[in-house]
Amino acid sequence: MSLSRREFLVAGVATAATALAPGLRLVELAQARAPEEAVTKLQRWGLLIDVAQCADGCNACVTACHEENGVTSHNRPATDAQWIRKVTIKDRQTGYVQSLPLMCQHCEEPPCVDVCPTGASFKRADGIVLVDKHTCIGCRYCMMACPYKARSFIHEDTKDQKPHAPRGKGTVESCTLCVHKVDRGDGTTACAEACKSVGHQAILFGNLNDANSEIRKRLASRPSTQLRPDLNLNTGVRYTGL
Amino acid sequence: MAHIHYREIEGHSLGFLALLALLGAIVLAGLGAAWYMEHNGHWVTGMTNQVVWGTPHVFAVFLIVAASGALNVASIASVFGRQLYKPLSRLSGLLALTLLAGGLAVLVLDLGRPDRLIVAMTYYNFKSIFAWNIFLYIGFFVVVAVYLWMMMERRMNEHSRPVGVFAFVWRLILTTGTGSIFGFLVARSAYDTAVLAPMFIVFSFTYGLALFLLVLMAAMRLSRREFGDAVFERLRNLLGVFVAAALYFVAVHHLTNLYITERHGIEAFILRDGGVYTKLFWLGQVVVGSILPLGILFSARLGKSRVLVAVAAVLVVLGGVAQMYVTIIGGQAYPMPLFAGKDILESSFFDGKVASYAPSLPEMLLGLSGIGIALIATVLAVKVLPFLPQSLSDADADPHYKPEAAKEATA
Repeated sequence: MSLSRREFLVAGVATAATALAPGLRLVELAQARAPEEAVTKLQRWGLLIDVAQCADGCNACVTACHEENGVTSHNRPATDAQWIRKVTIKDRQTGYVQSLPLMCQHCEEPPCVDVCPTGASFKRADGIVLVDKHTCIGCRYCMMACPYKARSFIHEDTKDQKPHAPRGKGTVESCTLCVHKVDRGDGTTACAEACKSVGHQAILFGNLNDANSEIRKRLASRPSTQLRPDLNLNTGVRYTGL
Repeated sequence: MAHIHYREIEGHSLGFLALLALLGAIVLAGLGAAWYMEHNGHWVTGMTNQVVWGTPHVFAVFLIVAASGALNVASIASVFGRQLYKPLSRLSGLLALTLLAGGLAVLVLDLGRPDRLIVAMTYYNFKSIFAWNIFLYIGFFVVVAVYLWMMMERRMNEHSRPVGVFAFVWRLILTTGTGSIFGFLVARSAYDTAVLAPMFIVFSFTYGLALFLLVLMAAMRLSRREFGDAVFERLRNLLGVFVAAALYFVAVHHLTNLYITERHGIEAFILRDGGVYTKLFWLGQVVVGSILPLGILFSARLGKSRVLVAVAAVLVVLGGVAQMYVTIIGGQAYPMPLFAGKDILESSFFDGKVASYAPSLPEMLLGLSGIGIALIATVLAVKVLPFLPQSLSDADADPHYKPEAAKEATA
């Protein structure tokens, strides 16, 4: 069988297109998603916290998060919701002091999701752990189960709610990894933005599944840890310098 | 032993109406408290984001555990074939139902969104032990109701044994589920252990029997029915065995934790440094709830006194509430182990600090109303249906009763 040059070229292009198209489609999926499209496992969103970069006394991430998500205080610290908080720790043996932000760790195997009787606590395909405010009955079992004390029960009426972050008395809530920003394609979270804007680089948001993402590159090039690694939850939030 | 006769209580006396009024007031106060908490939000209670399950849970879990234990008396008769317990079976089944109803009512009314009960009934996550428990609790109502029917309807009596066996197995699974609510919590040092499931089963034997004995003694006395020594002695002895078994489980639990370095913190907290929780453990759970009752129940002299045995049963109940308080609230008050080998110096969210918790009045009222609901339902039920035996005199209840021996003893 002999091929003309024209036939050879057409067949060649067709073969190349067939071979490359799924790959190109994957790249496309990894980059952006139309609002009507479902989230997929191609992404695993997460944060890398560089503890060495986190300044003692700086609260920019906390303020920005609560501002962004309409989490207001009633001046009752024991019952006020906190989606993110700053914690100062001291090594018991050496006395070394560090400061770091703590929020929902967006576990791959979240204990809060395991224990929720109604399935209101759930994990999206892209790794973001959320609470469905329509099916949460306020039993607070997830708060008993979370190893990071990341969740808050809404103890009283809320005001100044944001349309993208509905809140309701009698239900449980926690950090959403700024899911509205992620879905909009902002590529960052309020806490990470705030940290950067005050001149620190302690919080980096990104796709843990994308080998070319900044977060993956950094995680691949230096030691990092999960909080409570003994529980084997494979958290989406990682810490370096801890 | 003569054939057992059961009869409703008359329930016309002033005392009966006064009892109903008192229990009704307790229930109403609890409902009012629930409304107040739901209307304002839980900030008006002692609960916080640190201690998320408060006093209502203490009462609710106590009642649920006691409910499954109250069924034991019936199980001993129909599963293990002990005739002596037969006349007590109906009351045993009844109390199992009413105590569970009281406990569940408190649990539901303390939810953040009790109005969404229908959501809890229609959306299930089958990995959640809570979801299993919803089935186990609802199933328990059905199983025990059928069991009571088999026992109370003469034509169905022959089926009471297989249904009784089924109910017994169901109640063991149910309490395993209740203990596992805590046993499956990997995050907190106070929980996360398989021993909680069997330990809760033994607790249920103890609390259930103590409440059963108190209700039985009160009901027989108030309706002026005879309560002979044969049944009484047996129940007293059994309660003593259960209290000792519960204490054994508590000892094993703490000894195991004391061996595990990771758990030294929580053990030091409960056993030595925990303030109110340490006091409630040693004085409430151990001394009041175990040692004193054991002293009374197993003493040849003190155990003869009905009043003292009733006191022992009350002490077991108080010790049980103390145990639930230490387990549930003490377990949450102790800080979460977030960073191994590090102390938390500062946190706006009270990390690393022992959480403070004080029961508020509405929580107490809601919790107590669970007991009110259980008792008022029991009182009404024994009035409308024949749950109580007409007599528990030795001649009527003891299968080995010998009239000659009794005569000799009195002569």
